[in-house]
Amino acid sequence: MKVFCSLWLLLSLVKLSPAPPASQDPPFACRGAGDPAPPQPETPEDMASSGDLEPTHYPARRAATVALHQLNTRHGSPHRLFALQEVHKASAEDVAAGGRKYSLDFSVTDWASGSAGPALRCSAEVMFPGTERSSPDVQLRCEALQQINSTAQDHAFYQKYIAPESAVSAQHIPDSYGNVSEEMQPFWRLARVAASFIMLRESSENTEFNMAQVASVTQQESSEKQLMLEFVVLLHDLPSQEIVQWKLLASWSPDRGVRVLQTEWQPRCPHDTKPPN
Amino acid sequence: MILARKFYSSKMKGLLVLTALFVAVFGKKTFEGDQVLRITAKNEAQIFLLKELSEQEHLGLDFWREPVHESLPVDVYVPFHSLQAVRVFLRYNQIQYNVMIMDVQDLLDDEEREMVKYRTIPRSTDDFVYTAYHDLNSIYSFMDMLVAENSNLVSKIVIGQSYENRPLNVLKFSTGANRPGIWFDTGIHSREWVTQASGIWFAKKIVTDYGRDPVLTDILNNYDIFLEIVTNPDGFAYTHSRDRMWRKTRKPNSGSSCVGVDPNRNWDAGFGGGGSSSNPCTETYRGPSAHSEPEVKAIVDFVKSHGKLKAFVSIHSYSQMLLYPYGYTSTPAKDKAELHELARKAVSELQSLHNTAYTYGSVITTIYQADGITVDWTYEQGIKYSYTFELRDTGRYGFLLPADQIIPTAEETWLALMAIMEHTKNNPY
Repeated sequence: MKVFCSLWLLLSLVKLSPAPPASQDPPFACRGAGDPAPPQPETPEDMASSGDLEPTHYPARRAATVALHQLNTRHGSPHRLFALQEVHKASAEDVAAGGRKYSLDFSVTDWASGSAGPALRCSAEVMFPGTERSSPDVQLRCEALQQINSTAQDHAFYQKYIAPESAVSAQHIPDSYGNVSEEMQPFWRLARVAASFIMLRESSENTEFNMAQVASVTQQESSEKQLMLEFVVLLHDLPSQEIVQWKLLASWSPDRGVRVLQTEWQPRCPHDTKPPN
Repeated sequence: MILARKFYSSKMKGLLVLTALFVAVFGKKTFEGDQVLRITAKNEAQIFLLKELSEQEHLGLDFWREPVHESLPVDVYVPFHSLQAVRVFLRYNQIQYNVMIMDVQDLLDDEEREMVKYRTIPRSTDDFVYTAYHDLNSIYSFMDMLVAENSNLVSKIVIGQSYENRPLNVLKFSTGANRPGIWFDTGIHSREWVTQASGIWFAKKIVTDYGRDPVLTDILNNYDIFLEIVTNPDGFAYTHSRDRMWRKTRKPNSGSSCVGVDPNRNWDAGFGGGGSSSNPCTETYRGPSAHSEPEVKAIVDFVKSHGKLKAFVSIHSYSQMLLYPYGYTSTPAKDKAELHELARKAVSELQSLHNTAYTYGSVITTIYQADGITVDWTYEQGIKYSYTFELRDTGRYGFLLPADQIIPTAEETWLALMAIMEHTKNNPY
């Protein structure tokens, strides 16, 4: 079994195809034959009706989380990473072809500036299409984004790691005990920004993604003045409680921001996993 | 060595370490073969001889107790290279002595070992490090120490065995017989490490505050408190040895290569519904049947045989939420209004300490539909004040919460638990 799993992992590294089955099942080799796919959680009450939503309940929060992922893909950096603080108002309506559109009013904070940072007010429309495999569409506006100035720190970070001899390599960020070294903090944030591309793409009304851990970060040779980083990230989906592993290749520079060039879902054999460090 | 021990005192220990350090400064790396002799001079002439001996600098002797008077012992540190000469001298002059320390290096090694042991095994629950995450053995030792130190208040009940035959330990805090009870459990999902760590802190808090805090004292004078700190020990051991992200039990599933059942989908309340999975390879796999997991069955049996539990709180992480039934149906609980108001009060208490923001509401509306969960079952057993917590944080660290947040989390959560307990006490049913 272990050999098969390793073989599978090896093969999957070679393949660079996009998203896996939406059910995120472990590969056939890792489960008994004939197991049915896991059911999606049902979406009662709030979801069925249109109109105002309770801001503290999950439908509003999931939609706001999707908007947050979009915000981070656009504006996240090694020293700027947004988190949902509070949903103030939310409503939803059914739209064409079985889709659903949420209107949201919420606040975010910047994790990089710690608890001292200001809360930013945002509004967004998040549209979940009716079709299974399509990503949500987000229209987003946040006030005073420019107030959060991370330029100087980002530039210093860039200068340090764009040097040709730089070859950062690390695992388990945070480690089992929640430790993240000073040096790894900006890489941790970059990983989450990059992961936000995946989380945004994979989101539906039935998911609520978060990045649980950076399994590894390996700096690649810089290309076109971009920092090139290969990440393996563990995402956590709240409703299913699944831990989903993705490998991705991302570039970053202060000018171009984060771009994700390749993503690859990786199977995690549930009964044969690496030990924590 | 045994002889040496008799004369050995802690002052000597200090002196020894000091000497070792001192001698180390002079370039000596090891103290192998060095000895400490206790000399008994029988007259002034012998004292005089010993004083002369002490002036032989090339011998490198170090007198811990100087030759002063024949009624007082003379202790001297003798480096290995001088042993022969000193022994000959003493024998020739018929000066009595015995070997106090046969080999200084041995003693230093012993001491080193003691110190290492000291560091890793706390001697009491006052020594225990609450600001760190511990493994299963340490937590079980903590429980035994707590019981030993507070045997009038705390006892340990073993309610069953896990799949891998680990004891399922519950601490019982009780000041009298036949009382109604309040139950807390932490660690039912093994990867939620801040919960077991908080459970340890709660246990210590209870014994510390009984007799000091009037509210808790009043509660304990009327109710027993039951605390299961490691509700899923097999899973917990696995998070330490193999997979930090393990959530479920470790029971194999027939017909599948995937292991484990979600213990919080295995209860007989809405069992089998859409808020749980039928696939053994998933994190919310409900199990082959309700109460199929020994970890769950043990609690079921306990609750039923106790018959007088009045509040039941099952503690998870993360999300910062306080939740009440139901998870399996959107039909509101009969006591929803009261449960909602109590949740509001408990959250308000919690937030007052470190300003940690919590949301609250029923499971199915606030977090997600979940079928076969603990508190739906306990509520349907008639335990009105059934709550689930999701502790810190909201996703920044998630399951990997840094250890320096253990105590702040436990402290704030305790305020919420106190609010629930106090309300339970003031509203008997």
